[in-house]
Amino acid sequence: MTATTAKPTEHLNIVLVGHVDHGKSTLLGRLYADTGSLPDGRLEKVQAICRQQGKEFEYAFLFDAFLEEQEQGITIDTARTFFTWNTRQYIIIDAPGHKEFLKNMISGAARAEAALLLIDAAEGVREQSIKHGYLLSLLGVKQVGVVVNKMDLVGYRQEVFEGIETEYRDFLAQLNVVPERVVPVSAKYGDNIVTRSERMSWYRGPTVLETLGLFRKETARAEQPLRFPVQDVYKFDARRILAGRVTAGRLKVGDRLVFSPSNKTANIKSVEAFNIEPQPIEAQAGQSIGITLDEQIFIERGEIASRQDEIPLVSTAFRANLFWLGRRPLERGKKYVLRLATREVDCEVAAIHRIIDAADLNQRQGASAVGRNEVADLTLRAKSPLSFDLYGSFETTGRFVLVDDFDIAGGGIITELVHDEQEFLRDEARRRDFAWVKGEVGLEERAQHFGHRAAVVLVTGAAHTGKSFLARKLEAFLVAEGRHAYLLDAENLRRGLDADLSQSQKADSAEMVRRYGEVARLLIDTGLIVVSTTNPFGLAHHQVIQAIRTLVHPAPVIAVHMSKTEEEPPPGTDLHFAGPKDFDAAARRILEELKRKGVLAHAIGAKPTFQYSI
Amino acid sequence: MNRLRQLEDQSVYILREAYKHFDNLAMLWSMGKDSTVLLWLARKAFLGHVPFPLLHVDTSYKIPAMIEYRDRLAREWRLNLVIGQNKEALTAGMNHTLGRVTCCTALKTDALKQLVEEKGYTGIILGVRADEEGTRAKERYFSPRDKNSEWDFRDQPPELWDQFKTAFPEGTHIRIHPLLDWTELNIWEYIKLENIPFIDLYLDRGDGTRYRSLGCAPCTFPIKSTAKTVDEIIEELRHTTIAERSGRAQDEGRGMELLRKDGYM
Ligand SMILES: Nc1nc2c(ncn2[C@@H]2O[C@H](COP(=O)(O)OP(=O)(O)O)[C@@H](O)[C@H]2O)c(=O)[nH]1
Repeated sequence: MTATTAKPTEHLNIVLVGHVDHGKSTLLGRLYADTGSLPDGRLEKVQAICRQQGKEFEYAFLFDAFLEEQEQGITIDTARTFFTWNTRQYIIIDAPGHKEFLKNMISGAARAEAALLLIDAAEGVREQSIKHGYLLSLLGVKQVGVVVNKMDLVGYRQEVFEGIETEYRDFLAQLNVVPERVVPVSAKYGDNIVTRSERMSWYRGPTVLETLGLFRKETARAEQPLRFPVQDVYKFDARRILAGRVTAGRLKVGDRLVFSPSNKTANIKSVEAFNIEPQPIEAQAGQSIGITLDEQIFIERGEIASRQDEIPLVSTAFRANLFWLGRRPLERGKKYVLRLATREVDCEVAAIHRIIDAADLNQRQGASAVGRNEVADLTLRAKSPLSFDLYGSFETTGRFVLVDDFDIAGGGIITELVHDEQEFLRDEARRRDFAWVKGEVGLEERAQHFGHRAAVVLVTGAAHTGKSFLARKLEAFLVAEGRHAYLLDAENLRRGLDADLSQSQKADSAEMVRRYGEVARLLIDTGLIVVSTTNPFGLAHHQVIQAIRTLVHPAPVIAVHMSKTEEEPPPGTDLHFAGPKDFDAAARRILEELKRKGVLAHAIGAKPTFQYSI
Repeated sequence: MNRLRQLEDQSVYILREAYKHFDNLAMLWSMGKDSTVLLWLARKAFLGHVPFPLLHVDTSYKIPAMIEYRDRLAREWRLNLVIGQNKEALTAGMNHTLGRVTCCTALKTDALKQLVEEKGYTGIILGVRADEEGTRAKERYFSPRDKNSEWDFRDQPPELWDQFKTAFPEGTHIRIHPLLDWTELNIWEYIKLENIPFIDLYLDRGDGTRYRSLGCAPCTFPIKSTAKTVDEIIEELRHTTIAERSGRAQDEGRGMELLRKDGYM
């Protein structure tokens, strides 16, 4: 047999896992030699060297020598080798040590689309093979071929093989991994590697080479549902261009896009490009592009565009497998910056479910920190909702990194959405926003006209802390400055909008907050700055803040907390005043915060420049 | 997807990340083929605009045709060109006969450091490629330099999944390398694909030699080649076994390693 020299038309990343000495190098040496993939004379040369040194020839030597040669001139930190067969190039990633291997695997230095897992027939299914199985499930590798090696040592006996096959299949089933094939081989003697073994005529399945051919290329990313994370918004000239890279699927002029998590919608007006004639009208996964929309909506970096019936998940929490590379351990409860596609948000580790030591693959439970080079199954909670996918369905939007002290210190793949309290309201907001009937005047035009963006200033605090006094003052200040502000008191809703409700209905705090939030949402759409004092609705302050944020999302909510004495403000507070004497100063402080958040354009009359957009 | 377009998409992504995260960003332009491709990629990324200054570190020993070419493109492409020069060293008579590494250090490395300091750039985009020579293969797309522009390649954070080091402590700056994955061959194939204007010193103009890499006149030597068109260069590169920078004197011995550790581009 000879190797095909034709240029490969397809590439497939394969990871080779197996305990040291189970025969990985021998298997690869065989694969190269028996397919005629080695340079002329190589086999003879290594054989001659072995004779000279009085050593028994090993296919593993052959492979090692070849690897050295292949690597010359290429600098990569993963041990990988290339093997081409039938127009497909296999990039075979070897696992030299677990630590480096895991790092490389999780870091995506090499994303495996399939795995070959080696078991030593003479040893049977041992702890190592069990750990390797866990490893593959941890990495989300779905296509697995199991190779039972060294069959020569067990006399090529069918029942030995079948025992191992059954045991290992049962184990993998618990991890939801279904092996494509289980192949009995002897790498040393070349049985069932490239040529069918006569010594195991009882086996009718594919050889290792054929098994490689059976691995499917993952669905081309272009065939998946659309994911277009917004990288930046450019206004170099009259056009307002959303720049970014399509990470899955495709888009074309005229498509209706939904941006998550803001739920904004618009149609694609054009696909922008430089020095491409004629101007493109579509783009697909992998391409870095620019688009313009038919409507002036505020979109900012970090949003993910998709089609309405295929939107990504949205939550503040998810479960993930994470590999930690940081110098300091990853600690539960500490703040980290999470980066997912182009989104960046503060987060903390809410729970560490288990830790797997990368060196020996042992598991540990009940830890409160993840050390360097450990893999953890954990739940992360972000400060504000973000959109994402499960790694099993989407590669780019299903993985993230954590930044600790300026450095990227860990990477993870998302395995599960974790429901949060806001889910119900978020769904309501999303359904309402998708169906929202818009007039001709957009939010941006209103903002240009008014000289500020719409926002909510929510003043929370116990009774007699001066909440309403401050709120009134702020409203007055804003209007005096020429802003469009309105004080929305929950009491007014109670007597009007809610007048038909029974006492018990009025006692349903969650419902009262919902109504209040929806009224605020309406006012936001008119472009106003809504100043509101909440009476607590019988809910904890932070619950009110969260609910309002969800309902008026993505309009900014500035949460101001008042207390008589120094105390810990509720989570999510932006400004805290403890027993203020000077209310003018406090109101001015809020104005500053509104400027800082980009709500107020700096000067009235001047063309507003917004720091970031709604 | 075509390999060149893949490289382009990745470089454009990197350039856009750089532009998003660095307020005071600049791109180094030596008018050579690599940094000109880089400049072209910036025009791709920003749809015909180049929203940051281009720095040319002028050693005063550049080949005159390069300066002409620089000024022409700057005009036509409306570039914001910033020129840096180590005047002190030049006045003191610095030249390559005083030692190539010494000369490069003074006129390029130090001149760049001075410029970065003076203008307060926090991000510098450069057209280095991993295949050029050994030390460059250890680079990251976003590579921090400390206050002294020093680079510790053993202690680099990983670059996972197109997430780069875009936050850094006061006093450091970041070097950004969007061309890291490109090879010399890719550069020429891309020049052909996009029809990018380049200096004709790269072509054989009749004497059976051409420049494969451009630097200062005294230290850059042409190679034997009869390639008169981009196509012929591409053909030649597909078959050559000679290193690209063999015509560059500074690479002899351990020159490059020393230069890079100290902040050479
Ligand atoms: N009997 C027998 N020995 C094998 C077989 N495959 C590999 N070996 C031996 O197992 C040892 C380890 O093999 P190697 O390929 O270096 O393992 P690696 O550490 O997984 O790369 C060597 O001595 C090989 O000769 C096999 O199929 N049968």
